Amino acid sequence: MTLNRRTFLGTAGAVAAGLSAPAVLAQGKPRVVVVGGGAGGATAARYIAKDSKGEIDVTLIEPSRTYYTCFFSNLYLGGFQELSGIAHSYGTLAAGYGINVIHDWATGVDPDARTVSLAGGGFLPYDKLILSPGIDFVDGAVEGWDVSAQNKMPHAYKAGSQTELLKAQIMAMPEGGTFAMVAPPNPYRCPPGPYERVSMVAHVLKARNPAAKIIVADPKPKFSKMALFQEGWANHYEGMVDWIGEDFGGGNVSVDPDAMTVTIDGEETKVDVCNVIPAMKAGRIAEMAGVTDGNWAPVNAADMSSKANPDIYVLGDASQQGDMPKSGFSANSQAKVCANAVRGALTGSKVFPAKFSNTCWSLIGTNDGVKVGATYEATPEKIAKVDGFISQTGEDADLRKATYEESIGWYAGITSDMFG
Amino acid sequence: MRWPGAQVFAAVAGVLSPAAGAAAELGDAEAGKLVFEKCKGCHQVGEGAESRIGPHLNGVFGRKAAGLEGFNYSKSLERAGNSGLEWHADTLSAYVENPRSFASGTRMSFPGLKDPQDRANVIAYLRKFSDNPRDIPEADPTAKGTDHSVDPGILAIQGDPEYGAYLSSECTTCHQIEGGDEGIPSIVFWPDEDFIIAMHAYKEKQRPHPVMQMIAGRLSNEEIAALAAYFKNPE
Repeated sequence: MTLNRRTFLGTAGAVAAGLSAPAVLAQGKPRVVVVGGGAGGATAARYIAKDSKGEIDVTLIEPSRTYYTCFFSNLYLGGFQELSGIAHSYGTLAAGYGINVIHDWATGVDPDARTVSLAGGGFLPYDKLILSPGIDFVDGAVEGWDVSAQNKMPHAYKAGSQTELLKAQIMAMPEGGTFAMVAPPNPYRCPPGPYERVSMVAHVLKARNPAAKIIVADPKPKFSKMALFQEGWANHYEGMVDWIGEDFGGGNVSVDPDAMTVTIDGEETKVDVCNVIPAMKAGRIAEMAGVTDGNWAPVNAADMSSKANPDIYVLGDASQQGDMPKSGFSANSQAKVCANAVRGALTGSKVFPAKFSNTCWSLIGTNDGVKVGATYEATPEKIAKVDGFISQTGEDADLRKATYEESIGWYAGITSDMFG
Repeated sequence: MRWPGAQVFAAVAGVLSPAAGAAAELGDAEAGKLVFEKCKGCHQVGEGAESRIGPHLNGVFGRKAAGLEGFNYSKSLERAGNSGLEWHADTLSAYVENPRSFASGTRMSFPGLKDPQDRANVIAYLRKFSDNPRDIPEADPTAKGTDHSVDPGILAIQGDPEYGAYLSSECTTCHQIEGGDEGIPSIVFWPDEDFIIAMHAYKEKQRPHPVMQMIAGRLSNEEIAALAAYFKNPE
């Protein structure tokens, strides 16, 4: 790729935007490469392929052949979902939408040459690159823990084998044993996730190991849906959950994976299971592509393009966009805005104004579902919240059951929106 | 794949006697009129009945499944009709008891009438509006238009389906474009007027549901019309 080609593309894009006519590219179809096949990446790839009707060449790079959604993985821990129920393949995206799905790791980005390198060798050229790599963990975030300890103290915050391991550990807890969680500081993936997980673990323990205890060490003074979770814990799992927030030293934590101890504010406790959810940052490829500033990748709200590079877009958890929580729903919502903008830039199709929304459902106990949600708009500074709602404490059982059933409907909806 | 119901249908047909046998089990049409209140959101029956979200139910007895000209049925129900499913008291009862177990891909968003007496009554009521048998016709029209206060000017807006297609991506995070409806209702193939009325009811907070009130709350009249134009026939 030369500067000339980029200049040409830029000009073609501008002309197309002015005349609303498709840009005719001298060197064949425009190419979009998407890194990461989760709620952001799979959705973006699918929408670009579907709506461009073959005009754009779409490649999706995702290491896993089977993708386990992080959302609903807590329900697997709680026994409300099978692991197979949260597993998805990329067969339809490849066969039904003509997306070139490559199961490999993206190991680098050359923003000047506009290529992505693959662990298996080779380079993929792109006109537009969409990064949706999810999260990685900040090194040294929890004293005593690093990724090499994840088999003793799992994070289970990327779903799949880690989730399975955590579940096996919960099932193997001795009678009256202790489950500890080290909760992450803001911002992190899925704000209600750790607390839904506490609920699901409590649900399992109440049935099979009712004398067991759950300790949560939390560096935050409060958390998502706090009143709803605390009400639910009191109603369903009285006396089982001990949440230690920032005010009580919950942020002053170290762990010893070999000794299986957790030390909270100077007090050491022997535990049977320890779920360490460390501080998070954008998936590594974002940093390699040079689009991060600190832990996250700042983006423009109107189209999710990187503030550092107009040909790179960052979706979902890895992006720093403003007010939206890091959730699968958010990533899916951002992906559609991005897909519309990328298609417009490459083919001259109509670009409509950005609209974003998010809803997060959480399950507290059997048929006890709650939700929080909001709508968002693009401002010059950020994605800004417009309006929102949250479930109320003291809601009747029928409403909570309907909310849970709605979450199951949503799961079916979003996964078919992602994977076709 | 979408019609594992083929086996279900075969099983139902095998177990239940044909229509003649079932006729003896017909319930009370007057009571059935009350049961039909649950169906009226989508189905009309009686003089002047039209297909809306669901097909009108005049003459449903003896009709082949998915047999009403011009109504956009699910593939599932079409396949059932093509495999020989006809609507009689027995098949209607099996369908209405649990629509999705009977025809897994049906777009009928209805959990089902579990009480056999309710089913018998509503079927007796529907039977009054079919030529076969003939004890019909002068019943009063039963289906009213949906009550609403949407300005005719708003209803008359011609939506842009291309814009609707873009906007619809916000809907399809939850509402499946294939029409599935577990936990969250199907919104595909609705008549555009019904769609517009429903969305304005959420926008004005007349219909309860926090997510829908929030989503509809920031949609303009043109955007609602665009969505209606798209969802009328999303392809």
